[in-house]
Amino acid sequence: MAEARAQLAADPVVLSCRDLTVAYGSRIVFEGVSLEICAGQWTAVVGPNGSGKSTLLRTLAGLTPAKAGTIRLQGRRLSAWPRRERARNLAWLAQTAAPTELTAAEVVALGRFAHSGWLAHRKAEDDASMHRAMRATGSLAWAQRRLSTLSGGERQRVHLARVLAVEAPVLLLDEPTTHLDPPHQEDVARLLREQAHIGGVSVLSAIHDLSLALTADRLIVLGHRGVVGHGTVREALAGDWLSAAFCTRVDIVEHGGVHLWKPALAENGAS
Amino acid sequence: MLRHAVADLGAERFECAASGRLGTWLVCCVGVTMLLTAISLLVGTTSIEESWKWLLSPDAKSSVVLWQIRLPRTVGAWFAGALLGLAGAVAQGVFRNPLAEPYLLGTASGAALGVTVCLMAADASVGGLALMGQIGVTGAACIGACAATLLTVTLSRGVLQTASLLLSGIVTAFLLSAVTSLLLLTKPEIWREMQTFLLGTTSFISWSSAILLGIVLCICIVPAVLLSRGLDALTLGEDTAQSLGLSLPWLRLTLLGIVALATSTSVGQVGIVGFVGLVAPHLVRETLSVNHRQLLIAAPLGGGALLQAADLVSRWIIRPAELPVGAVTACVGGSYLVFLLWRRSRDG
Repeated sequence: MAEARAQLAADPVVLSCRDLTVAYGSRIVFEGVSLEICAGQWTAVVGPNGSGKSTLLRTLAGLTPAKAGTIRLQGRRLSAWPRRERARNLAWLAQTAAPTELTAAEVVALGRFAHSGWLAHRKAEDDASMHRAMRATGSLAWAQRRLSTLSGGERQRVHLARVLAVEAPVLLLDEPTTHLDPPHQEDVARLLREQAHIGGVSVLSAIHDLSLALTADRLIVLGHRGVVGHGTVREALAGDWLSAAFCTRVDIVEHGGVHLWKPALAENGAS
Repeated sequence: MLRHAVADLGAERFECAASGRLGTWLVCCVGVTMLLTAISLLVGTTSIEESWKWLLSPDAKSSVVLWQIRLPRTVGAWFAGALLGLAGAVAQGVFRNPLAEPYLLGTASGAALGVTVCLMAADASVGGLALMGQIGVTGAACIGACAATLLTVTLSRGVLQTASLLLSGIVTAFLLSAVTSLLLLTKPEIWREMQTFLLGTTSFISWSSAILLGIVLCICIVPAVLLSRGLDALTLGEDTAQSLGLSLPWLRLTLLGIVALATSTSVGQVGIVGFVGLVAPHLVRETLSVNHRQLLIAAPLGGGALLQAADLVSRWIIRPAELPVGAVTACVGGSYLVFLLWRRSRDG
């Protein structure tokens, strides 16, 4: 793990894609997308429904085949990675998880599969990773509860813990804040930032809540015709990428150094 | 401070989930199996008093009945039930569907067709009779079941799509049943013999078939338990399982191979016994919350005890005659499923 992260420091581009085109049958989701994701940064993917946020993350995770283009993970083509080694270096969180009867600890332990494999018994090292991940997501208290008995938000935190337990240098998270109440959404945002800034992990997450997304280091703004822009939050605001992507005016106000999305509704109500 | 205390408590308890109750369950299963085995020695065409006398003072004839007919039969029934329970638990995991059962790959109709063809061949020519002597009804059933599985997998073009696999299984089942019915129309006299097989019967189990069932159970259960983490991962969804580093095609192929082997072997020895494979995993899940490693150990034990009990009931109810064991499992298993449904709808 330490080696992998040291290697990242030398090569800041961890995950990249070039001229990526993805289509479901004849319907093209996006075309000619080129991106470079660097180590130690938290990037939020934002865009309207159906703009392909999930598809982009799934494609980068190697789950949806690309029609054209190449994806490189740490300079090596994604398809050339052995399966387990890739799973140790890139973890993916689904937008909605299937219901399961497993306990929270068993679910998080599955995150260690790529490390331990079929036969090996869970080592102390695996337990330590699980423990760290569950503590970070605040899910330790219900480690022995079955997932089916947890609330949506609690379940989401368990799944997040499973992804963190992989201890991969790249995290692709599809709506990690779904089902969470606002304080816990903030906890997750803080966690992702820590993972990036302290752990040196590249975090790429689709996020619906614009105010939350604007706390990320960088933004990838997707519109209905592909990428509107990829850059720092400041660049995104200066270029008004959000309005272009959502095809409507998106007002962002700055309040005490924080960027907030201001619904147009608020304005109408005031007048 | 308090948060840390809670956290440490969690750390210590990582390992021990539900294992205590699983232990109780296993002990109960083994106990029930012992009891059923003992009782089954006493039940048969003779009265219980006489069987009891046989047990206490065995002679040449009684020891043959007890140790060469009744014991292998009950042991074989246990193994066949265990195979069905295992196949059911694996199938429900692979298809991520609690209604999946061992015969969903078309094995049952394949076996029926195999037996029909075998009986017809034996009836038609001396060569056929010789062939049948070689492979026997059980061999023909096993070959038919394997061929049906292959046909299902071919029709669905591999094992990647669960939905198309299920559909292909249904298509195969209908297709082969239609062929069997057509063949039976041309030779109605083998209908009776077929019926014994189609309703499931434990009365033909000898020591050799019991040992065969036991060996296949060992062959199937070891890889199934080793792959149980894969089944756990599959419950989170196929994409998530793949992202965890699992090879889905390989995992599915191996697990379906286990289902096919377990089902064809049991079909070959005891005919088509419904509901054991479907009910055994549910019985486990209803009584304890388990992951797949525990389920794959508990479900065969439950299935074995179930079929053994059904075998006993089939010998008991209209003794000295016998009911087909498949009819008994269908009644008991069916009522249990209805009970489950009723309880679920009541609990909302």
